[in-house]
Amino acid sequence: MTDRLLHDLALMVPETVLTVTIIVALVADIIFRRSRAIVPAIVMIGLTVAGIIVLGQPHESFAIFSGMLAVDPFASFFKVLILLSAILVVVFSLGFNELNANGRKVGEYYVLIAALTLGMMLMAGANNMLMMYLAIELSSISSYALSGYTREAEDASEASLKYVIYGALSSGLMLYGISMIYGLTGHFTFSEISSALPPVLEQGSTASLALMFAGLLIVAGLGYKISAVPFHFWAPDVYEGAPITITAFLSVASKAGGFALMIRFLSVSFLDSSVVTLGAGSWAVLPGFDWRSVVVALSVLTMTVGNLVAIWQNNLKRLLAYSSIAHAGYMMMGLVVLTNEGISAIMLYFVIYLFMNFGAFYIVMLIANKIGSEDIEDYRGLGSRAPFLMVALAIFLVSLTGLPPTAGFIGKLYLFVALLNSGWVWLAVVGALNSVIALYYYIRVLRNVFLRGTEQAAAPLQLGRLEGVVVVLLLVPTVLLGLYFSPLAALAQASTKMLGMP
Amino acid sequence: MEFTLLGIGILTWITFLPVVGMVAVLLLPKNSKDAIRWTSLGVTILQVVLAVVIYSRFDRSLAGINSVAGMQFVEQGTWIDIPSVAWFGRVHIEYFLGIDGLSVVMVLLTALVSFIATISSWKIDRSEKGYFALLLLLNTGMMGVFVSLDFFLFYVFWEVMLLPMYFLIGVWGGPRREYAAIKFFLYTLFGSVLMLLAMIALYFSTNVYIDGAGVIHSIAEGTKSGLAGLEKIHTFNLLAMMDPGNMVPGSLLAGWETSWRYIAYVGLFIGFAIKVPLFPFHTWLPDAHVEAPTPISVILAGVLLKMGTYGMLRISFPVFPDAMLHFSWELALLGVISMVYGALVAMAQTDFKKLIAYSSISHMGVVILGMASMNTQGMTGAVLQMFNHGTITAMLFLIVGVIYDRAHTRGVNEFGGLMNKMPRYSAVMVIAFFAALGLPGLSGFISEAFSLLGAFQTFRTLTIIAAVTIVLTAGYMLWVLQRVFLGTLPEKWAGLTDMDGRETFMLVTLAVIVIFLGIYPAPVLDLMNASMNSLAGIMQHAGTTGMMGMQ
Repeated sequence: MTDRLLHDLALMVPETVLTVTIIVALVADIIFRRSRAIVPAIVMIGLTVAGIIVLGQPHESFAIFSGMLAVDPFASFFKVLILLSAILVVVFSLGFNELNANGRKVGEYYVLIAALTLGMMLMAGANNMLMMYLAIELSSISSYALSGYTREAEDASEASLKYVIYGALSSGLMLYGISMIYGLTGHFTFSEISSALPPVLEQGSTASLALMFAGLLIVAGLGYKISAVPFHFWAPDVYEGAPITITAFLSVASKAGGFALMIRFLSVSFLDSSVVTLGAGSWAVLPGFDWRSVVVALSVLTMTVGNLVAIWQNNLKRLLAYSSIAHAGYMMMGLVVLTNEGISAIMLYFVIYLFMNFGAFYIVMLIANKIGSEDIEDYRGLGSRAPFLMVALAIFLVSLTGLPPTAGFIGKLYLFVALLNSGWVWLAVVGALNSVIALYYYIRVLRNVFLRGTEQAAAPLQLGRLEGVVVVLLLVPTVLLGLYFSPLAALAQASTKMLGMP
Repeated sequence: MEFTLLGIGILTWITFLPVVGMVAVLLLPKNSKDAIRWTSLGVTILQVVLAVVIYSRFDRSLAGINSVAGMQFVEQGTWIDIPSVAWFGRVHIEYFLGIDGLSVVMVLLTALVSFIATISSWKIDRSEKGYFALLLLLNTGMMGVFVSLDFFLFYVFWEVMLLPMYFLIGVWGGPRREYAAIKFFLYTLFGSVLMLLAMIALYFSTNVYIDGAGVIHSIAEGTKSGLAGLEKIHTFNLLAMMDPGNMVPGSLLAGWETSWRYIAYVGLFIGFAIKVPLFPFHTWLPDAHVEAPTPISVILAGVLLKMGTYGMLRISFPVFPDAMLHFSWELALLGVISMVYGALVAMAQTDFKKLIAYSSISHMGVVILGMASMNTQGMTGAVLQMFNHGTITAMLFLIVGVIYDRAHTRGVNEFGGLMNKMPRYSAVMVIAFFAALGLPGLSGFISEAFSLLGAFQTFRTLTIIAAVTIVLTAGYMLWVLQRVFLGTLPEKWAGLTDMDGRETFMLVTLAVIVIFLGIYPAPVLDLMNASMNSLAGIMQHAGTTGMMGMQ
């Protein structure tokens, strides 16, 4: 028993490190009230150490704490992504004027980031419906507080309140779904649900109807987390109102956690246990109900609505928010396939998405620091005032559109490859046409930057050396992964190994 | 045929020299404008030198098209190699460059037009650094498209051109430049995403063997050699896609004359047709041309439009011969509509540049009609027309540029009596216009005649209708000459000066080529003869024997 516990704890070290970090940072914040640097430093060290430990974990699958959490290459992949985003967010926050203005206390801010990270890491590994719920709550509550952190910014408190209300509703729905599944199968653990399904289904149509309903409720809860249409209503307001660092964090890491959880939940608990290798038949577990169609509909809706609404946005932060909704839609195309191919395409996409999306958000933040605006109209003529930053922005936006030779193209390519290889031609066409729509609004930003307002000679914007280094660090992978993506693709393929999946 | 400098193949040099130039330009200080200009010009001069080397060393007897052995200056190596996992095969993408009689003509044209366009850019006086950097990047994209023999590489180069073109029109263009630039971008991207999907479908429908050293063998070769040490992979290799023996049985595009093959063909076709531009995908072109600065119009008409027709000949024809034959009448019809429609609309224009733009649509229709005929004559005419149109239209846009630089208007009706005022200008303009309307003795005549002769054997009625265009073209071209040169010189243009040395150099260079190829087209025809015969052979073979015979 003790051996078992110690063994499990040894695999929990990254999460433990983060927990200790949170406590130490909280205490340090009380002791060193004057210092603004100590808490971020502690959090940074904690995140880095946790990241190194995750990287060093064995490349095998374990179920720890009686199946509560899974430690497998799949979870580790997402944990690394989440930790990397967290580190970037801490770096961004250090140079963020809105946050650091007026001697605001920022200790809690970094502690909350660490807590949010912990919650998302647990999401990536959750293998049990209770764990799933708890992990989602931990990350949600931290993000409610964070999105309203700069509360004198008038839209921040509105954003935060909206977030809380939608969040409470969706977690309530999810909890209801969880209780129904538990009632029907008597299990919380994903893999046990899967094996308990056939006898439940034999009981007749009432049971399968209830199961379908419960599944839908849970998908709604998860859809809220990844801001899939029609569960996305909170996202634009929250993304616009929250401090931009948090917006970037939510749009990447929070989605990563949500996707990891959704993939695991759908593929393990609703996996047809009669299918040995994960193939086309794996969805057909509920008679009379087609899971795949639900995901297809969500995916098409999410990318199309995200893209079409983004066209009308004038605030760049809000535009990027809608674009991140659209990107969730693209990634859900991989979920439709739900073969190893589809899953590895999603994972690959996430890595690329992390660099290009953080890059775009970081530049928006730097410009907001300088000119105090995120309005696209205020970007006129910046091409000549800050040429390096704007060329970098152009590369990030082109990559988000998915044009070669940037990494965004490779991400899209892998998604389309997965779709076409399993016969989803029409969905691939919808996805491809969506990137044409996306071009329109991304290029709108570049139009203002380079094509308009270049006549007036305004003072050039000075860029700090450290800021330049961060931009370059994000830029290099965005370009390099487009030209040479073998290592990343190999890594994503190797990391699809998931607990409970054949 | 191989040729290397410093251990790097000549095709890599000619393709990536502009990128080196771009980096150099970006490193130069913003104010050293002359250094920036001369660097760009130096790069394009080097490209012309390399093109001459390619021309002189090119083996005229090799056909290429679908055989690696027939390709020249081949550079083939591994670019991306991702090892196989249980559920997903090995991904192997090649860096595969090579040229045959079809692409060598385009490489020569690209080098020539880029060189002329760089000289023509001398008067650009705003953000020179950005302009020349983008121009050089565009140059790499164009050259890359013509030398790639791997679909993935082809696609990357194809897309690389989009962004520079957007900014070149959008920043340095005319009053409605924003609209024109975004329209160009959206149209082309729409076409190319369809091309992307067709490319992925082709990837999964083609397999080949790869040996330990990373060399590709077709299924037939591999089977013959006993499969020792060979691994089966999917491939983006265009030549492998052309061999029906490499199709994966049961895959999406396997078989012959199936609906999926037709759908993929149409997807690919739309991608190329937008670039040509073929009616009804042409509406972006007049806007782009009118707003683009002169050098960019020259490149757009001289090289970019050819990518569409080149893509059809390089990819659609040999990879989808069944679909090509199935749709050949429709293709010819669209070509004829473009010819007649372009000519009629051109006739109604009073904006000089718009007129030339529509005449481009009309002339590219000739290329489409010629290639749709599927015989050697028609296709030779089509490729020659691509080259000739590249030089002649480049001249026409330069001519518009010359008058616009002086008068700041492009209204054809506003001029008159320029013949006496600008004699040198009038001379080259007459040559260019007569070449464009197909006067015997100038290059345009030969290629149009070949195209129509070839087309007449296949599509009688359509070709007869198409021939009417020659009269229409003569009509609007002569009418322009009359309005601009004859009559009395309006008072306000009394101060116009004739062409300066730079302008004369560009136009005379092109005029010499136009006249020379009109009298003696053999230098270009020799280059492509073997390839065109081979391509026509492939199409005819496919037509007579079908799938069974091909295997």
